[in-house]
Amino acid sequence: MVFTFSSLPENVTISRMLLSAVGSQLNLPINELEELKVAVSEAVSNSIIHGYKNNPEAFVTLEVESSSKKITIQVIDTGCGIPDIKQAMQASYSTDPERMGLGFVFMQSFMDELKVESEVNQGTKVIMTKYLKNLEPSH
Amino acid sequence: MRKRIERQTLHVYLEGELDLHNADELKEAIDIEIDKKGIKNIVLHMEKLTFIDSSGLGVLLGRYKKLLPLGGKLKVTNVPPNIYKIMELSGLPKIIEFLPKETA
Repeated sequence: MVFTFSSLPENVTISRMLLSAVGSQLNLPINELEELKVAVSEAVSNSIIHGYKNNPEAFVTLEVESSSKKITIQVIDTGCGIPDIKQAMQASYSTDPERMGLGFVFMQSFMDELKVESEVNQGTKVIMTKYLKNLEPSH
Repeated sequence: MRKRIERQTLHVYLEGELDLHNADELKEAIDIEIDKKGIKNIVLHMEKLTFIDSSGLGVLLGRYKKLLPLGGKLKVTNVPPNIYKIMELSGLPKIIEFLPKETA
């Protein structure tokens, strides 16, 4: 599923709702669904705040691919890019004192895999995967 | 969100989801009481909060930092378990006081 939307703060809420719907179709346990929601919220918020510097006239793309084994989420922007991905992914690295600098930490904690691809002035792509171990029948 | 001032303490009752979409609204609603009414102590009631992310936690941290030099305090109460888990990961419980659960 591919969903492209304007870089508006209210679309953070909507992208989470979309993910919620996908997650409940997969019968994800509530706590795992909560974790997915936080991760997608952080990624989309990053694109809006940092990638586009709150410019509402840009676009963010959310791609969700799911199977019985895993769910992969990609959040893509064509914004300013991240010059130093390693530094950006560290805890408490934030360019704004009102923010916690925990976006990537949350994505890392709540997903099984996190990959960030970024080019300055080209944009950023965040690829996150969660394995659905709990869906296997118990013996 | 509902606000009430009792004995110089601002009580804010959070509802629904707190993210980038409404973080500024909450920040302004609290700051106006600090700036205009000289409120220094704030209690955030979270029993009806269903979601928080780092944008929401940033508002809490920002208010904590704003109140600190004023000699004030930010406290939270009735935090649902799923919200607490996220707050714990952020380290906020180390600096913000959690009041015991209120009985209704």
